[in-house]
Amino acid sequence: MSLVSIRDVRKSYGTVEVLKGVSLEVKKGDVVAIIGRSGSGKSTLLRCINGLETYQSGAILADGIEVGGVHANLRELRRHVGMVFQQFNLFPHLTAAENVMLAPTVVNKTPKKEARAIAAEVLAKVGLSEKMDAYPSQLSGGQQQRVAIARSLAMRPKVLLCDEITSALDPELVNEVLRVVEQLAKEGMTLILVTHEMRFARDVGTHLVFMHHGKVHESGKPKEVFAAPQTPELQQFVSGIG
Amino acid sequence: MSDFSLWIIVKNLLWATQWTILLSLIAFIGGGIVGLILLFLRTSQVKWLEVPTKLYIEFFQGTPLLMQLFLFFFGVALFGIEVSPWMAAGLALTLWTSAFLTEIWRGCVEAIPKGQWEASASVAMNYVEQMRYVILPQAMRIAIAPTVGFSVQVIKGTALASIIGFVELTKAGTMINNATFRPFLVYALVALIYFCLCFPLSWYAKRLEGKLNVAR
Repeated sequence: MSLVSIRDVRKSYGTVEVLKGVSLEVKKGDVVAIIGRSGSGKSTLLRCINGLETYQSGAILADGIEVGGVHANLRELRRHVGMVFQQFNLFPHLTAAENVMLAPTVVNKTPKKEARAIAAEVLAKVGLSEKMDAYPSQLSGGQQQRVAIARSLAMRPKVLLCDEITSALDPELVNEVLRVVEQLAKEGMTLILVTHEMRFARDVGTHLVFMHHGKVHESGKPKEVFAAPQTPELQQFVSGIG
Repeated sequence: MSDFSLWIIVKNLLWATQWTILLSLIAFIGGGIVGLILLFLRTSQVKWLEVPTKLYIEFFQGTPLLMQLFLFFFGVALFGIEVSPWMAAGLALTLWTSAFLTEIWRGCVEAIPKGQWEASASVAMNYVEQMRYVILPQAMRIAIAPTVGFSVQVIKGTALASIIGFVELTKAGTMINNATFRPFLVYALVALIYFCLCFPLSWYAKRLEGKLNVAR
């Protein structure tokens, strides 16, 4: 059974249709890399999965919970579907540990002490044990993004959505974040990543999805797809990146 | 004339000033509480909560405070309920203050980047939790200066309560003038007292603003 099931999803902003019937199945442990030009709808698709964007038709089921519709139980859904953003979006008034502890204590009613232990654990996992009490402004971009990943992990998500999480980073900071994501993949975390890191998509991904004009244009095993792109659009996209 | 030495005039005005201060405090604290509740409704993105709140704010911002005082003082009496000047002034000023504070604070809430809403939503927080733990702590920082600044308007606004017979600083000034016939002296003293109440606040608001700009 799929952990995330996307069926013929369509979305428009006014008269502009940005998703034109997208279907995608993600199983437990999959690492799905979504690539494509800007404007191809890949970020929109990702944001639909945890209900940050609405869609007009089709269906998305995440961990068995329907995402769309007025009565969608988004709170329950988001307890199991984590998200990491391009701009980190850490809470600037809270320390790294407090950023991580907030949702467990407020949403899950985890006692403070226990939440602190969770924070220590997930911050250790992203290699930031010694930064627990640092404020976001005292951290580098790469460190901030790793705290953001830890913040999501603290909720023990079944799926982690990553929306171009290295795009806002200086080149020398990209790898420290990718290493963390790679480690998560190795541990069996289900990941859906919108990314521009082609090498990472090829080496770490179990599935590759190329989006073009609001549709899944081509998909398959990353190594095979990259070695022999079937459509001229993907050929052009891959060669354009070099 | 000699019955009313300068000292007696000042003493009476200062005595009345306590009611100006008390009325200001009631309006500001009451308005702050009502304003905070309205802020939650106004920014809830729930239409049937937002629209009435918007109408409320439009009413209190779009009509003179004096009319609001009249409406509370004379209007409620139409329903057979006796309203003291105290009640009418306290209530009208509270609601008037709440409307303005809500709008000031809404601006501060909207100044918080959208990413903060999205990130907190993504860890399953609901609207009230987002406001309480993520948005308001940040919005409060930028709200302090304009809020303190607005308190000056509240203090000056209490002067209108004199018209419905509430004896505060302005009303006391009028009464003393009626007895002494020295309007310039009396009202100059009244103005001076208002200034002494308001100036420290606006000075403090300016300083807070400056501090915040440095911190950014």
